[in-house]
Amino acid sequence: MPELTYLQAISDGLRQEMRRDKRVFVIGEDVGVYGGAFKVTLGFQEEFGPWRVFDSPLSETAIVGGCTGAAIMGLRPVAEMQFADFISCAWDQLVTVAAKQFYRVGTPIPIVVRLPSGGGFSGGPFHSQNPESSFAHIAGLKIVCPATPEDAKGLLISAIEDPNPVLYFEHKHLYRRIKADVPEERYTTPFGKARVHREGDDVTVVTWGAMVYTAGEAAQQLEGDGVSVEILDLRTLIPWDREAVLTSAEKTSKVLVLHEDTRTGGFGAEIAATIAEEGFENLDAPVMRIAAPDAPVPFSPPLEKAFIPQVENVAAGLRELAEY
Amino acid sequence: MAIREAEPVGSLGEIREAGLDREDLLTIYRTMLLTRGIEERGHILYKQGKIPGSFYTGRGNEGASVGVATAMRGEDVGTPLHRDMGVHVTRGVEPWRIFAQYMGREDGPTRGRDGNVHMADAQLGLIAMVSHLPAMLPVAVGAALAFRIRDEQRVAVGWFGEGASARGDAHEAMNLAGVRRLPVVFICDNNQWAYSTPTHLEYACETLADRAQAYGFDGVVVDGTDVLAVYREAKRAIEKARGGGGPTMIESMTLRMEGHAVHDDAFYVPKELFEEWAKRDPIERFRSWLRENANLSDEEEDEVGAAVKRILNQAIERAEQSPLPDPSTVAQRVFARPEDLDTPHHK
Repeated sequence: MPELTYLQAISDGLRQEMRRDKRVFVIGEDVGVYGGAFKVTLGFQEEFGPWRVFDSPLSETAIVGGCTGAAIMGLRPVAEMQFADFISCAWDQLVTVAAKQFYRVGTPIPIVVRLPSGGGFSGGPFHSQNPESSFAHIAGLKIVCPATPEDAKGLLISAIEDPNPVLYFEHKHLYRRIKADVPEERYTTPFGKARVHREGDDVTVVTWGAMVYTAGEAAQQLEGDGVSVEILDLRTLIPWDREAVLTSAEKTSKVLVLHEDTRTGGFGAEIAATIAEEGFENLDAPVMRIAAPDAPVPFSPPLEKAFIPQVENVAAGLRELAEY
Repeated sequence: MAIREAEPVGSLGEIREAGLDREDLLTIYRTMLLTRGIEERGHILYKQGKIPGSFYTGRGNEGASVGVATAMRGEDVGTPLHRDMGVHVTRGVEPWRIFAQYMGREDGPTRGRDGNVHMADAQLGLIAMVSHLPAMLPVAVGAALAFRIRDEQRVAVGWFGEGASARGDAHEAMNLAGVRRLPVVFICDNNQWAYSTPTHLEYACETLADRAQAYGFDGVVVDGTDVLAVYREAKRAIEKARGGGGPTMIESMTLRMEGHAVHDDAFYVPKELFEEWAKRDPIERFRSWLRENANLSDEEEDEVGAAVKRILNQAIERAEQSPLPDPSTVAQRVFARPEDLDTPHHK
């Protein structure tokens, strides 16, 4: 099994699907000659040609709307937003057109929008956001947030196969930092099935994306204190694995919900509410949320560090829960 | 690049050259009558309280919508809007299903999930509009991109209004289509009023077709009350696109002969304007043309009129028998399953 970075795993999955299925094509800004801002599609245009690796004008609305039209005509578009933040420019096409078309008229819209998201490198307010919860509120969109190279590939292939619009949030901070064995052959990772990143008995962390690793480091610190932490990586938010969360809550009776997105109305609120509604009897402590504060993502390193949940914040939260 | 003002069609010989025989002309006439009939009868049903929500008509636009749709081939696709009922009728959407749609019944194309003209039959190559205009233009461009990627000789037609021309979607769609010379034709239904906003508050250029030049393709202004001129220009543009010649924008000039929707009495439109454009009613105009140029007889007129009336009566009766949707299904079919991809396009 080759060892691939998270970024290489995305490229690998995409390339495999394009080789296997002529309907799959890539569209975005600078995805062709340049290979994409992060080089996910480097070398793709040489292999698949300029019409299947399509350099679009700076037009997010036309990219996503174009994907919808092409999908209705039977293709399987994979759009790249240069940064997840820019999806705001295509909000209408996603939310008004793509998300609702199947419910309204029975026309499936099988499109994937790749969204390089997340902060941690002084990208500032417009190159660092995690807008997944805004879209989780929109009926008709699926939301995928892989944390590992293996999932990055398997979830991307599932996303391309899926007959619905899928937002694929790829965390920029993981691109080259995370490396692991990834199967060479084609495989899919099912939506709505959480992954146990780490088994434990005393406290559960429910999280996704880059925060999986933040939680992992915090859990290691807690090990020294004799606290055993279980980490659930949700993998996908729509649909999300309620059963795994409720089962783990029952096992540990203490839950910390962690995300890099801001706190109010973040997807963690939905998870906490569900645990309160359906798992209340099993809890020995209030569900705790750790998230970014309700502010834009700041640029300057000390501010950004104060914004994105850090290992020490998570460790402190876990200790508080363990002692409760 | 040229901005051209299209001439009216002079004779039967000329329209024959553009691809229509006498039988086709009678079909167009019948389709225009049916289009207006559907909206007139719908309006009555609305007043009777049988149609929930609001009600929109395309009175004055029957010639433009039927003309463009007639110029499309079966394999072409389009994204008609709320003034383009004639496109649905021309493409073969059965009138009873349109009434079922109006009434929010299970047999309308949206099965009661959406209302009024927010519908389309994908099997007939139509893509359903949303309220956010001109959001369907990028979608039409995407369909054209698919044709280009697969090297198919098909064309997408995207509609928008002069009001929607002010929004960014129109720019992004036309720019992309122009840059890649995609097989798409943009039809601007310029009916002079976007709700209550007149054209001089929507755009500052002389004609919207002028903008085509900026996107690197041709623009044509056509009298939208002249069904044959619209047909001829649409045919020309569609076949040009099919042949690899890139997009065209056709600006079809009409007047919206009623309010934005039926609740709106259009007090803001000068009376004289209505009077002037009433003289150019597209159906009456075409009827006169047929009498002068194609020997339309009284018997034929009566026959067409009676046939349309019969279709409308039967359609309403059938639509009223269609059940209302089951409330327990409200949250079903939000997401498609793999088997839902089994449509003609996705095969």
